Amino acid sequence: MAMAADEIEGMIKAALPDALVEITDLAGDGNHYAARVVSESFRGLPRVKQHKTVYDALGGKMGGVLHALQLTTATP
Amino acid sequence: MSVNERIDGIVKTNDVVLFMKGTPLFPQCGFSSKAVAILDHLGVTYESVDVLQDMEIRSGIKEYSDWPTIPQLYVKGEFLGGSDIMMEMYEAGELQELVTSQGLAKA
Repeated sequence: MAMAADEIEGMIKAALPDALVEITDLAGDGNHYAARVVSESFRGLPRVKQHKTVYDALGGKMGGVLHALQLTTATP
Repeated sequence: MSVNERIDGIVKTNDVVLFMKGTPLFPQCGFSSKAVAILDHLGVTYESVDVLQDMEIRSGIKEYSDWPTIPQLYVKGEFLGGSDIMMEMYEAGELQELVTSQGLAKA
């Protein structure tokens, strides 16, 4: 099953309220997304931790219903 | 031997290990394919584990690393990340630096 882009954005923002989230539907099929997440809370964290924070926000959907999410994280 | 011990053995006896779907010659997923392309481009010598051939490792590696997706790259026993992090590190020049400083490039 696919996930809607605004559902992904909503879950990330629920966990990281300050985050700027840009979701791109890569294939136009509602199943392959790229997400760019910019948050102050990433500052000083290694990349693995930054990505893990986003995966945790997605509450187990990553690797399950959400197979293809190409993630980029950054600080403002 | 438990699956954790098996994975532990793999990541500790190989300098660079990529857990992936398929093989470097025939990757079975776009993300695994990207990870292979980065390593090949950097000329890194690495071991690969095809998780599609081993269901125990396929689920076990996600718990071992506490990371939900595959591919996963280990360097000198440490989890480095998946293909997105590899790409970010590559674009920032950090991966090249790591390869050089740890002497991981093909002779």
